[in-house]
Amino acid sequence: MCRLFAITSEDPISPMAAIRALNAMKEGHDGSGVGLFMTDLGGDLEPFKGSPILSGIFSQEGIKKLDRYMMELGLLTKFKFSIRPSKEPPAGTPKRDVYLIRVYEYPYDWDGLSEAEIKERLMKIRIDLRNLGEEDGSMMVFSFWPDVIMIKEVGDPMEIAEYLGLDRKGLQARIIMAQGRQNTNYAITLYACHPFFLQGMSTMTNGENTAFDPIREYLSSRGFPGYTGYQSDSEVFTHILHYTANGLGLGLDAYKHIITPLKDEEIKQHPDEAFLRRLKHSCRFLTIDGPNCVIGCLPDKTLFMVQDSKKLRPGIVGGKPGVFAFSSEMCGLEEAIPDRMKDFEIQPMKYDVAYVDASREEVKRWNQWERCTHLY
Amino acid sequence: MEPVGTLHPSLLSQKDLLWHISWDKQKCALCGHCTAVCPVRAIELGVHRKREIPITLGLSEKPKNVYGVYHGIRQITDPAHACIGCGMCSLVCPNSAIYPVRNEETDKLKFHINAGGEPRRRGGRRNDSASVLDRIKFVRISMLTDPALDAGRHEFELRTLLGRILPPEEAVKPSSQTGWIPPVREIYPLIIGGMSFGALSPNMWEGLQMGVAYLNEELGMPVRMCTGEGGCPPRLLRSRFIKFVILQIASGYFGWDEIIHALPEMKEDPCAIEIKYGQGAKPGDGGLLMWHKVNKLIAAIRGVPPRVSLPSPPTHQTKYSIEESVAKMIQSMYMAWGFRVPVYPKISATTTSLAVLNNLARNPYAAALAIDGEDGGTGAAYNVSMNHMGHPIASNIRDAYLNLVKIGKQNEIPIFAGGGIGKNGNLAANAAALIMLGASGIQVGKYMMQAAAGCVGSEGDRCNICNIGLCPKGITSQDPRIYRRLDPEHVAQRVVDVYSSFDSELKKILAPLGRSTSLPIGMSDAIGIDDYHTAERLKIKHVV
Repeated sequence: MCRLFAITSEDPISPMAAIRALNAMKEGHDGSGVGLFMTDLGGDLEPFKGSPILSGIFSQEGIKKLDRYMMELGLLTKFKFSIRPSKEPPAGTPKRDVYLIRVYEYPYDWDGLSEAEIKERLMKIRIDLRNLGEEDGSMMVFSFWPDVIMIKEVGDPMEIAEYLGLDRKGLQARIIMAQGRQNTNYAITLYACHPFFLQGMSTMTNGENTAFDPIREYLSSRGFPGYTGYQSDSEVFTHILHYTANGLGLGLDAYKHIITPLKDEEIKQHPDEAFLRRLKHSCRFLTIDGPNCVIGCLPDKTLFMVQDSKKLRPGIVGGKPGVFAFSSEMCGLEEAIPDRMKDFEIQPMKYDVAYVDASREEVKRWNQWERCTHLY
Repeated sequence: MEPVGTLHPSLLSQKDLLWHISWDKQKCALCGHCTAVCPVRAIELGVHRKREIPITLGLSEKPKNVYGVYHGIRQITDPAHACIGCGMCSLVCPNSAIYPVRNEETDKLKFHINAGGEPRRRGGRRNDSASVLDRIKFVRISMLTDPALDAGRHEFELRTLLGRILPPEEAVKPSSQTGWIPPVREIYPLIIGGMSFGALSPNMWEGLQMGVAYLNEELGMPVRMCTGEGGCPPRLLRSRFIKFVILQIASGYFGWDEIIHALPEMKEDPCAIEIKYGQGAKPGDGGLLMWHKVNKLIAAIRGVPPRVSLPSPPTHQTKYSIEESVAKMIQSMYMAWGFRVPVYPKISATTTSLAVLNNLARNPYAAALAIDGEDGGTGAAYNVSMNHMGHPIASNIRDAYLNLVKIGKQNEIPIFAGGGIGKNGNLAANAAALIMLGASGIQVGKYMMQAAAGCVGSEGDRCNICNIGLCPKGITSQDPRIYRRLDPEHVAQRVVDVYSSFDSELKKILAPLGRSTSLPIGMSDAIGIDDYHTAERLKIKHVV
């Protein structure tokens, strides 16, 4: 089963903190892969907050293709932070040419575009690049977004981290999400490796989403080009979050109500009965059927955790003012923040949303029985 | 060869019939129960002459020639009285001395059930027991990362929606901006499909209604039952139980005078209105209640004179096209209940289902679409319609669902599937397969008759005389001497049994698939079939 770990810290920290936490939870995962999502970046990338960063894996040929494509669009490289491993990869990990982390400068003709239009274009470029890469396997693109880095690879998380030198000084972030296994229920491909990313939102999940197929069909038929991929049943969690926020203009509370709605009898007793019933009915095809623990990050740098409607997976949130972690197992949290305020830990149950916003002062808890307050 | 005189072409021997009676002289008590109970008078008391030749030992006495008689059963071979294989004789025989046996070769009777030029009419289903649904397997068992769900321990929410569901973008708008919100019912996905008061006996109808009421009020299962085209008893219309009922209107509008008059006095709204445009058992043909069954009570409820056959026209005669039907009929039905009751059409499965569906998709009032497949049952229809007309349900539902997926409206118009579901007894498996092919719910009629009332009809052309009011079990008869055989309380108990066991079986299917939170509508990755072409056609897995 996938092990999940996310941390949000006032001070930028190395992704190794998350890798070590995954390592502490190693008993439960097979060490078959690692996925990293970093945002609210520090270190060498701190000065480039507003510029889009492309993350992916490229062959030399892929780099050439990328350069041609970006040149045509007028996107110029502003800063390169790519990783070119010189050592032999660990057993089971393919030899890659470049783990690309490259900051771009918006073209002049994008000046004056609305924020929505820019977001649309950034997403489209990522999808185009992904499609281009799929033609010959020369590139895999995980994100193209300001203040976001993603790294994914097959192999043991700790070995991969050492191999890629993730402890390098300039690589730091205030929010890191890490997942420690390759997808095993569908074909092995890095596009099936969590966390998943779409327009500033990212989630990772453990367990199996048994309602995957109808949800995938539903999202695919929304007519939104970003709802694509689906090499993993977990990708839909990110896209449902995106649909909730961008498609419906609703918050994290509605996300929880959409993926795990209250039962019909429960809704009858809820103060928002009419709204929740309409939401449940109209989003029936987005109801997940766990077991799943979902950890995600919103564009406003809020980290959250929710559980399936039966709470069939563990999950814990804890820390101390300034630094909080979300972990699929307690030992991961223990490894990351041993001196945390243990009395304030939360293990979110089936109705809960546990979240830590960008102020990083406390773990907040919202419950489905409360009124919808438009969280996020 | 001995001359046998003139043989009428329709003179049949016992061998020519579909069913022959096996009778054991040694066991027969000559009580006469079997001849009295036979609904078609296929057997009668027989006084058989028999020659015996007693032979004594030795040569002193010559063999004698003794004529004697014995009493027993004689099977009548006149096509009008041909045994229907119902087995009532066997049921009532104290000594198990008699039972019907099916002819192993194709019978000659079928060439002759058209005396007077009138083709055969009957009740039941298409005489074919083959079922694609039975061959669908549930193959996606959650093994890898899941603790398997426990059908007996975990909570399941097996509900479906009947009603037009707004797209999420519309549904989440503040109430002040949404305007009219279409009514949506949260119901149990197994619906008792349209069987009219008239097609069914009063005792059967009452039993079903009592069972449905018990399921709702005592067990919390929101089960719904459709009236079929025959109106609704006035007291039921004015009771709180009407909310468990889907009122059907069809081309004969039978019973609607009574319903319209009851409108001001109704305490509750009905669950929904079903407009029947077609029926799977006899596509393109209207309803039919033969005169045998139109007694005073039925005539009163339907607003017709007694003892006349009641054929509904094949089409809604005031309508020009399906577009017009959708535009006018659905809206006028909505209007009758102040837009508080979902209205949806039911059609027979056909290659043109998608045209109807697309039309409904464009109409914001269409609450659902019920599609009835070729294996659906009926109380009365022409045999040729039943056996040879219609479209299988599985591919029709699949096409309809995938069409909705294509236009992104798979959640907006629920599709309900009917027609031969559970015809071989596998109700839960068939229902689950159809749900995973894309149906939001299932309608069953004949299965309820079989399971809740002991109907003996089968696809082996057994019994199937629902049309003439002689149902040996009293299910489809309007003769009190016959239908008092059926105790409504027992029917109600069986309805509850059927639903409770169906619920358990459905959970036993869904739990291993890891589904419990919502009905797995369209979960086609979970099912497979052993035939390549069927798998391709249904876009499901081919498993061998």
